[in-house]
Parts: sequence; structure tokens; C-alpha cells
Amino acid sequence: MGADVDIAGKSSGTATGRRDALSIVLLLLQAGPIIILVTLVVAFGLLAPHFISVRNLQNLLAQSAIVCALGLGQFLVILVRGVDVSVGSVIALSVVTVATLTGVDQPSSIALVIYPLVGLVVGLINGLLIVKGGIPQPLVVTVAMLGIVAGVVLLISGGNTLVGVSPAVHWLANGKVLGIPAGALMVLILAGLFWLLLRRTQWGRWLYAVGGNPDVAQWVGLPRDRLIMSAYAICGTTAGIAGMLYHGRTGSASPLSGVGYELDAITAVVVGGASLFGGRGSITNVLFGALIIATIRSGLQQLDVSPFWSSVAIGIGILVALELDVLRKHIENRIRTLRARQVNQ
Amino acid sequence: MSAASPERISNGISDKRLVLSVREARKAYGFVTALAGASLDLCEGEIVALLGDNGAGKSTLIKAITGIVTLDSGAIELDGRPLRLRSPADARASGIETVFQDLAVFDNLTVSDNFLIGREQTWPRWLGPLGFLSARQEQRQWREHASALSVSHVSPSHEIGLMSGGQRQAVAVARAVAFARRVVILDEPTAALGVRESDEILTMVRRLPERGLSVIIVSHNMDHVVRVADRAVVMRQGRSVGEMDVRQGVQKDLVAMIMGVT
Ligand SMILES: Nc1ncnc2c1ncn2[C@@H]1O[C@H](COP(=O)(O)OP(=O)(O)OP(=O)(O)O)[C@@H](O)[C@H]1O
Ligand SMILES: [Mg+2]
Repeated sequence: MGADVDIAGKSSGTATGRRDALSIVLLLLQAGPIIILVTLVVAFGLLAPHFISVRNLQNLLAQSAIVCALGLGQFLVILVRGVDVSVGSVIALSVVTVATLTGVDQPSSIALVIYPLVGLVVGLINGLLIVKGGIPQPLVVTVAMLGIVAGVVLLISGGNTLVGVSPAVHWLANGKVLGIPAGALMVLILAGLFWLLLRRTQWGRWLYAVGGNPDVAQWVGLPRDRLIMSAYAICGTTAGIAGMLYHGRTGSASPLSGVGYELDAITAVVVGGASLFGGRGSITNVLFGALIIATIRSGLQQLDVSPFWSSVAIGIGILVALELDVLRKHIENRIRTLRARQVNQ
Repeated sequence: MSAASPERISNGISDKRLVLSVREARKAYGFVTALAGASLDLCEGEIVALLGDNGAGKSTLIKAITGIVTLDSGAIELDGRPLRLRSPADARASGIETVFQDLAVFDNLTVSDNFLIGREQTWPRWLGPLGFLSARQEQRQWREHASALSVSHVSPSHEIGLMSGGQRQAVAVARAVAFARRVVILDEPTAALGVRESDEILTMVRRLPERGLSVIIVSHNMDHVVRVADRAVVMRQGRSVGEMDVRQGVQKDLVAMIMGVT
């Protein structure tokens, strides 16, 4: 009898122990991006003498601002189980539209509004096609849009590059406030706004809900379609803002602006630990994801490693992040069964 | 058909007020006919078991009452008035709450988020969904309901995806029960659960009529049906083919009616 009780107590004890161990692994996975970022910075700092210098860090922040801006919007879309690969072209469209409309010599602050507006329009079209058009593959829809927008950009610009950018945009992309790059500061404020919206408003909670279980979201009466549309609209808008920073940094409106940036944006979100299964991830980790990419690029460059290798490293980074996501799902399932077993004991 | 049971506190269907009635419901998914003229009556404070083999159309009928599926033809009335549902939100606004088949919770949200989903109060009002949530108020709402719904042992701030099937189902049931004003619908609420977890859910269901709620419960477990239901309605191939008062020992009759052997 006494032995019986002992055995029962012991077995439930080890189950609890195992569950706690799994919970710790889960926490580690959540903290993964910041751990990786710090490790990378320290490693490059030891290997490359000038890596941890004010100048280089400023440069790194300024560089990552564009990917950070893209990542913020991309995160919302991935949160609702979508993806938007058209953002690279949207950068070019916003840049070329502004250059064509306002001219490049006339400094004009109205341009500041045009960049995000252009992005908003493309984002709304994406959202409409996916939600109302009933095309269930966001990847295919936005790949098509990537091509269409790239074509429109060439049509508008006639293939020509207009050199020059308005001073306000130039300052945003290259200026500094108290030593911090203005673009990075702007993106940081934007990220704060996103965090507030996602974590403190009803809209944010509903967005997580739709990503977690789109069917149930509809069943309990959430405006699922409008929520998904809003994610794409905002993703387009942040791509427009990224276009502004891009324009300011390059100082010219090339129709080939932003080519390939969609990959960096998606990578930042995934390496930041957001789940492609939807409903998981955080704004802070997206920023860390973008910084990880920028760190790898800049670190390898400082070490005089061919930039081709950074593509390889970032690609591997994506795959590892995806595998870790699968692992996380697996651990959650284990915890659930362990807990169920305990309840039924 | 069997006679009314004498030992039961007669839930005399005739003298009770009709709460929900579905007439001649028809629904086809392309070439598949899910409902072919199904009917269902539900009286005040009554627990009706909706029975039928896989694919009989039970879930489809429930989705029609919940505003997820639009009927091709047929009428639904609530308290004698035609019920026009354009969305699930309409059904919730009419006082109908549903627990759907297959654990309908958001695994990535916390227990109290799941409990309040779609009913969050925001501030300031005019911002609509962009208004802010109040954690303190949500905790208070949870505490108000939790003790009455036998989910008080569940921690409201834990992610529901990490809980056992029974705990998750308990929260899904609590969500429906707490906010329902007229009808609670449960589609196989015990399908994924163990013995003890099923027990808790069934006990909770059995107490709903005390609060003036009517219940429709779908189940494949005849013992569960006998334990909670007053009456059983059997569906076959999208039609309601019979009904029966439920009391101890009718399990065999129910099975026979479901299978269509008489
Ligand atoms: N979305 C859908 N699209 C096409 N056919 C469907 C859909 N939903 C249900 N059906 C079909 O309608 C019929 C009735 O399905 P329903 O889910 O209502 O049955 P059920 O009685 O709930 O079965 P179960 O006991 O398995 O839950 C089945 O033949 C099913 O295949
Ligand atoms: Mg069903």
C-alpha cells in the first residue's frame, strides 16, 4: 500500500520533471534570436578588430533599418499564415513613383506621404486577391504581383534611373540623432507602435487568433477576411517606408531598387522565430532577426569573406530556424500529452 | 416509438415553451447533400441529443443554426421569430453559443484570451478594435465566471496549447456556457476526452437548464447521451428520422434507430 503510493508519487514526479525540462527548452527557443545575435556580435568582435566600433555599429543599424521596416509588415502577414514576396518590387515602385511625380531636384516633403501610400495600394490589392479572389496560395499571388509591379516600374521609368532625392528623405536615411541613425530611430518608433497594436489592442489579439486557427476565428465571429486584408495592407505600407529609406540611402531612383529584399524580409521574420504555421512570433524578435542578417553580412565583409558566403550562411539560417520551429511544435505536443497523463492519474 | 418515461421528472415537451425550431432544412455542398429536410425542436430548459451516424448531417445542421453555413432552403426560428443569420456573430448576438467539433480553441492564445475572444471590451470605445484591452478587467471577468464553470483550477494566463485535451475542452465549453443566453450547442464535446474529463463536462452540461438554457448535444456515446439528455433526435442521410425520450436502458433502441434497423 505504502509502496503503491510511493510509485504513483514518483512517476508523476518524473513526468512533472520532464515537463519542466521541456518548458525550459521552449523558453530557450523563444529567447533564441537574442542569444544568436549576441553570440554573433561577440564572435565577430573577437575575429574582426574593427567590428565593434561606433562607426561600424552605426553603419550596421542604418543598413538593417530597411530590412527591419520590411520585417515589421512581413511579420503581420506571416502571423496570419500568409507571405508577401512582392515587397521588393514595392520598394522600386514607391521610389520610382516619387521620383516621377515630384521630380528629384525639387525638395518636396509631400514625397514622405507618397512612399507609404504606393505601398498601401499594392498591399490592398494583394489582400483583396487573396481574401476576396479566393486564391488560397498567398505565395503564388504575391509572386505574380512581384512580377507585375516590377514591370509597371519599368514602364513608368522607361528603364531610366533618376539621380537625386529630396533632402528630408536623404536626412532620414543618412542623418543621425544623438549618434543614432535617424532611419533606425524611425523604425524603432514604428516597431514600438506595432508592439502596442499587436499586444495591447483587440485588433492585435484577433490577428494572433486568426493566425492560430483561421477556421475557429470565423466560427466565433471574428472579421477574419478584414483582419487578413489589414495585414497585407500594412505590409505594403511598410514596404513603401522601406522604399523611402532605400531611396535616401542610394540617392537615386533606379527601376531595379530593392531587388531581392523580399528574401531578407522573410528571413528576418523566420530567423526571428515567427512560425510559418501562423500565430506565433513577436515584434522584438523580428528586429533581432533583421539585426542577425545585417550582422552576418557586415561581419563576413569585415573578415574579407566573399559576400557569396553570406548568402549561403543566411540560407542555412532560414533552414535552421524552420527546423527549430518544427521542434517547438513537437515539444508543445509532448508537454500537452504529459500534462494530460498527469491529469488522468 | 417508446412511451414517455414515468420515473423521469417529466420534461413534458408539450407544455414547455419552444425556444428553437428548425423546419425542412436543406443544404448541398456541390453534389453532396448534407441536409435533406432536417427538422428539430428545442424547448426551454431541455437537453436534446442529436444523434446519427458519421455524415448524417449533424454538424451541418449545427453550423446552420450557428450562422456558419447558409441553408439552401428551410426556416430557423428562435423564440417564435425567424432567425436570419448572416454570420456567426449574429448567432452569438442572439444568445446562441456553440462548442464545435474538434477542440475549437486558439492554441497560441492564453486561457482567458480564449475565453473572452470576440467579447473583449476596449477603451476608448470610439477606436473600435484598435482600442486598448484592459488586463485587469479581463482577469476580473475570468474570476467571475471561472468558479461557476469548473475551470477554476485552470490558470488563466497559461497558453492553452500546452494544456491537456480535457482542460482545453473545458475552456471551450466554459466560453459557450458563460455567454449563452438562450441555447448552448455542443458538437461531440467529449469525443477526445478521458473518463474523468468527460465526467466534468457532462456534469456541467446537466446543470445548464437550471440557468434557463436549452442544450443541443451531439455525441456518439450512448451512455453519455443517457446521462445528460431528456430527448434524442436521430438523423440519417440529412433527414430527421425519429425521436425518443431518453431514460436508463434505451441505449439499444437508440443504436437501432441510428442504424435504421427497427
Ligand atoms: N464543407 C463541406 N464540403 C463538402 N461536403 C461536406 C462539407 N461538410 C460536410 N460535408 C458532407 O456533408 C455530409 C454531412 O456532414 P456532417 O459533418 O454534417 O456530418 P456529421 O453528422 O456531423 O458526421 P460526424 O459524426 O462524422 O461528425 C457528409 O457527407 C460530409 O461529407
Ligand atoms: Mg460532425
